[in-house]
Amino acid sequence: MDPKMEPRHTIAIWVDNTPGVLSRVTGLFSGRGFNIESLCVAETMDPEVSRITIVSTGDEQITEQIIKQLHKLINTIRVVDLSEQEHVEREMVLVRVKAEDKSRAEVLRIADIFRCRVVDVSASTYTLEITGNHDKIRAVLDLLKNHGIQEVARTGTLAIQRSKKE
Amino acid sequence: MKLTGAQILMKCLEREGVKHIFGYPGGVVLDIYDELARTPSIRHILVRHEQAAVHAADGYARASSQVGVALVTSGPGATNTVTGIASAYLDSIPIVVITGQVPTNLIGNDAFQEVDIVGITRPCTKHNYLVKDVKDLARTLHEAFHIARSGRPGPVLVDLPKDVSQASTVPKFPETVKIKSYNPTYHANPRQVARALDMILHAQRPVLYTGGGIVLSDSSEGLFKFATSLQIPVTSTLMGLGGFPGDHPLWMGMLGMHGTYCANMAVSQADVLIAVGARFDDRVTGKLSEFAPHAKIVHIDIDPSSISKNVKVDIPIVGDCKDTLDQLNELLEDKPVRDWTEVRRPWLDTVNEWSTTHPLTYTWDDKVIKPQFVVEKLYELTKGEAYITTEVGQNQMWAAQFYKFRHPRRLMTSGGLGVMGYGLPAAMGVQMAKPDDIVIDIAGDGSIQMNIQELITVVDNDLPVKIAILNNSFLGMVRQWQQLFYDRRYSATPMTAPDFVKLAEAYGAVGLRATKPEEVEPVIREALSTRRPVIMDFKVEPEECVMPMVPAGKAMHEMLLA
Repeated sequence: MDPKMEPRHTIAIWVDNTPGVLSRVTGLFSGRGFNIESLCVAETMDPEVSRITIVSTGDEQITEQIIKQLHKLINTIRVVDLSEQEHVEREMVLVRVKAEDKSRAEVLRIADIFRCRVVDVSASTYTLEITGNHDKIRAVLDLLKNHGIQEVARTGTLAIQRSKKE
Repeated sequence: MKLTGAQILMKCLEREGVKHIFGYPGGVVLDIYDELARTPSIRHILVRHEQAAVHAADGYARASSQVGVALVTSGPGATNTVTGIASAYLDSIPIVVITGQVPTNLIGNDAFQEVDIVGITRPCTKHNYLVKDVKDLARTLHEAFHIARSGRPGPVLVDLPKDVSQASTVPKFPETVKIKSYNPTYHANPRQVARALDMILHAQRPVLYTGGGIVLSDSSEGLFKFATSLQIPVTSTLMGLGGFPGDHPLWMGMLGMHGTYCANMAVSQADVLIAVGARFDDRVTGKLSEFAPHAKIVHIDIDPSSISKNVKVDIPIVGDCKDTLDQLNELLEDKPVRDWTEVRRPWLDTVNEWSTTHPLTYTWDDKVIKPQFVVEKLYELTKGEAYITTEVGQNQMWAAQFYKFRHPRRLMTSGGLGVMGYGLPAAMGVQMAKPDDIVIDIAGDGSIQMNIQELITVVDNDLPVKIAILNNSFLGMVRQWQQLFYDRRYSATPMTAPDFVKLAEAYGAVGLRATKPEEVEPVIREALSTRRPVIMDFKVEPEECVMPMVPAGKAMHEMLLA
């Protein structure tokens, strides 16, 4: 099976905010041949704790094993597979796209439709800030590709659980 | 009162109850060694290679149930420990390895004898630390010992820069450990335990498959009670040998690649398989899709990541083996009494038939010593009470097959990593922990040469370790595979060894040799009657194979019998 066809999992991991912890987490993936599609990490409200969001692909057994192994790390406080519950995902992308005479208006129109912000302008390019979930980002980038993308920087997926509905 | 890092380290070791450490000095641990010389409560055993220090600590830990400790210098001292650490990690042995490190201001500068040992050992330690501030030292060491011995045990490495061992502070020695992110589950979920018992009580053909977890959690009594109450036949992994008495009628022998016909057939035919403290290693399961094909599986393990890793489990139970077996035994007392001997008769009859028609055996030869015969004699003459360490390969498998371990913690072997060169240093560690007991390293002529330098450590410390070399002038196990699967093309497996008798004498040990079967017993008797270290060189049949054998990747019932 094409690995891209395997289900994506968004995993949130709370860890001690100490040196070397990130490498323990990523080493666990690489050591077992598990792929990381994206990874974000930053401090939480408690400066002693960091939150890591990892998007990984793999079947049920691989994902179960990943989560157990993550739990096993001494510095891991909590692991949640967000894919198993209602959650919101967002990723931010900065993209510099060619925008010359003919296409300038079209690029702006795409930006407008997808609620992107123009964060930098030159005579021949626009730099756009796009925020959205995985599908939206892909849709925008697909459209912009036709105009010539010069550079892309992505944050990787961030995710949070939805609050429980009463 | 202010203490230096080195002094704090000694105090911490004393507080953890450490009596022996195995180590090798060097530049960045000079301050620690200086302090060690002034700490009479801790005896340091100077090894001749750092790898041996870790194996010795490993053997010591297994025999004594205490955390084993190794102390080495930075750079090559640290990298030499990696094999020992990886072995302890795969076998879940509680050890703490203290490595010196270059001063903090030089870390990352490619300084002399600098290596990122924390980075190198991250995937093969349970946890590791770099201590950058002397104020963290006491707490870190206490955590290290706690992590090493609790939950699923394992090696912990503490990297200690030279300036930290020299710096001073007023230490606070913590009484308790609080790591918010580390709380192993000891008490198994009672509902899961009850479900499991229910399934076991309804089984027609149950089998207990036990592993190193039984030994590590000291739960062989609970296992014995459970197995005998319900008359369930028992098999175990290499790591679990001794967890159930090897001379009991319910004992089927080891399972897996070189397991008994009986054990492998029983697992293949079982309707309920109760795995306790074992991890379904490939050497045990053979072809995974055909492992225990008719069985519902109950899996008891303290490490959740071991459960459903290789084999899908029907009733997972996360908990300490001892706690879980105690719960099972208690629940059992409330169940209606049944005559389990009667209930189990058809199944046990089948099992007994397998074991009588296909016992572990070998062809006797009047002229040539059979290696299995040597192990049988060792068993007989030590009455099964010796502490046995092994190297890796044929010697290890014959030790496992022909020495019937009756007690736990009597077999020390590098089961997971399979380290040639483990046996002699491990025997050294065992003998330190058990000075009055008989300790025998069952070795091959290949693997004994991997850490032979430790013979002088043994002599130096008056450790009466016995080394039984099954000398076949081959790397026997690799040769066996070439013999069976590579048309006897013996590529790089014929091997010359030194004259082991002379070698023993050169080191100041006793050297004995047997070349004929009738010489085996006198040689063993002589070795056992001396308080000195002895090498026994048994010239054995060169092309003997370990049988039965399940070829790699085959199903368990497809084993070769001879």
